[in-house]
Amino acid sequence: MAAADPSGLSPPPPSLGLAVVALLVAVAGLLVIGITGGAVRAGVSDPGLHGLASGALYVALAAGAVTLWLGARSLTLALQSRADLARSEILAARASAARARDSALIVFGLTLALMIGFFLVQMILFNDGKIQKTFLRWDLMTESAADVARAFLVNLKLALIAQVLVMIVGLFLAVARLTPGRAGAPVRMLAIAYIDLFRAVPAIIVLYLIGFGLPLTGLPLISKVSSQWFAIIALTLTYSAYVAEIYRSGIDSIHPSQWSAARSLGFSFPQTMRFFILPQAIRIVIPPLLGAFIALQKDTSLVNVIGTMDAFNQAKFYASANFNLSSVLVVAILFVIITIPQTRFVDWMLERSLEKRKRG
Amino acid sequence: MAFIEIAGLRKIYGSHEVLKGIDLEVDRHQVVSLIGASGSGKSTLLRCINALEPIDAGRVSLDGDVVSGPGVDQNRLRRKVGMVFQAFNLFPHLSVEDNIMAGPMRLLGESREAARDQARALLDRVQLGHRASYYPDQLSGGQQQRVAIVRAIAMRPEALLLDEITSALDPELVAEVLNIVRDLARDGMTMILATHEMQFAREVSDMVVFLEQGTLLEKGPPEQIFGNPTEARTRQFLKQIIEAGRL
Ligand SMILES: Nc1ncnc2c1ncn2[C@@H]1O[C@H](COP(=O)(O)OP(=O)(O)O)[C@@H](O)[C@H]1O
Ligand SMILES: [Mg+2]
Repeated sequence: MAAADPSGLSPPPPSLGLAVVALLVAVAGLLVIGITGGAVRAGVSDPGLHGLASGALYVALAAGAVTLWLGARSLTLALQSRADLARSEILAARASAARARDSALIVFGLTLALMIGFFLVQMILFNDGKIQKTFLRWDLMTESAADVARAFLVNLKLALIAQVLVMIVGLFLAVARLTPGRAGAPVRMLAIAYIDLFRAVPAIIVLYLIGFGLPLTGLPLISKVSSQWFAIIALTLTYSAYVAEIYRSGIDSIHPSQWSAARSLGFSFPQTMRFFILPQAIRIVIPPLLGAFIALQKDTSLVNVIGTMDAFNQAKFYASANFNLSSVLVVAILFVIITIPQTRFVDWMLERSLEKRKRG
Repeated sequence: MAFIEIAGLRKIYGSHEVLKGIDLEVDRHQVVSLIGASGSGKSTLLRCINALEPIDAGRVSLDGDVVSGPGVDQNRLRRKVGMVFQAFNLFPHLSVEDNIMAGPMRLLGESREAARDQARALLDRVQLGHRASYYPDQLSGGQQQRVAIVRAIAMRPEALLLDEITSALDPELVAEVLNIVRDLARDGMTMILATHEMQFAREVSDMVVFLEQGTLLEKGPPEQIFGNPTEARTRQFLKQIIEAGRL
């Protein structure tokens, strides 16, 4: 069949085997969905859940039907390619083969995604919905939602204030770390010591030490502030060490020729830093900076160890009253809601800057 | 007394002596070309003159004042000696105009209006008046280098150091940059330029200096250096340049 073509065109890529496998995979997927889904549904007693089980099963079956159709199409195209080849229409054979392979690969991808999604839903429903009843009780979620959401404002407030402070303290540390000359050595050392120390100690330990330690010191102002401020101080201490390193990497990434240019005009070291290096460096570090801020926002949930009434603490209150974790899931959902737009935004920015660099 | 005086200048990086005792005098309104193979120390010499690099021995004087060594206000010195680089080194986050205005406004205390008027006038002189609000990455290499020259002269320096300012340019953009240097020479700007443009060096220079592995091997008027060099090494260097079609 693969006789050398007199026209000198290379033969089409193989597609028949792939198409057959795709079709088999689609059929197997449908069988698995039907058998497992049916069995799990039979074990669900709650009428509401039973409806969910049926819905999931039908949707999955419909999706499975689509993969089956794609598999069949792949096989048709592969056979078409073979027929084209037999008539020595190499270009047409190649095109059909490529489309057959495309369809087959889509079947594989779709089936994989379908299986994962389907089994996640089945897990929730499995064993008469035990998982659903532990984590996903709609009544308990709605009951706690208002209080948890209100307490979540505390998390947001802590994060916002700490972020502003972190931006300032981190920049200060980064510049201190880059102070030039022999006179700058002690400043550099202090900055390095601070950064090393606070990157080494876990945030929750810093929080604990500050939250319980400072009140014990009896120091005039500092021992009297609210536990929210202890949380802000602790988060600032920890995260400014990380952010200082992010700033530093940005400053280091500015080409030395920029320093030469500014210094040759007569700008001093601090002026060069302020007017030419930092403005460029900060633009570069915005994505990693936002990444650190996302981590900081999530770490506001650590404040429950010092008794600050945040969303997590509020949710734990409901959880222990009901012996059920649905209220804690509400907290998780709230964090997802605020975090995902930010991560998408960071990715978008990174992609854009990458494109800009590729264009040169 | 010469305007720029360099005496016994030595520069050492680690164990590598890059400049091995350079003596050079440049008078006001003189144009001096530094020629020599890549790595011979041209850039380093220029950077030592405006103290971008500290020197290890010898001294540099400007207008009768010793400007090398400790206790010198280097920032003030550098305002008097402008520099233009091979890679342009414009500030990418600033528009053309802001690149030019930064020095006069922040260092010379000029008002924004005065600095802008001056920037516009200088840009017009290099045919870039219509690019004042562009950003460096929107300009061609030749345009960027012309902006870099304008940025340097906006500080009204008494001398200019030009470090291979056409080496990063496509051939068709070289002329537009050299024309500006030619104008500056005619206006009497004191200049030291490291260059591989021998034709141009021959035309604008009052003196040509040949550097060879950190030593000043030969200097003299362009006719002598290009027409009848005394040193065998200079002859060999120029022969290579001619073979490369650059002279
Ligand atoms: N910052 C530096 N550190 C170490 N060596 C350097 C540095 N800058 C230049 N050199 C060395 O000094 C020599 C002269 O360099 P340079 O002045 O750039 O020569 P040119 O401009 O004539 O090509 C080269 O051997 C180069 O490797
Ligand atoms: Mg050089």
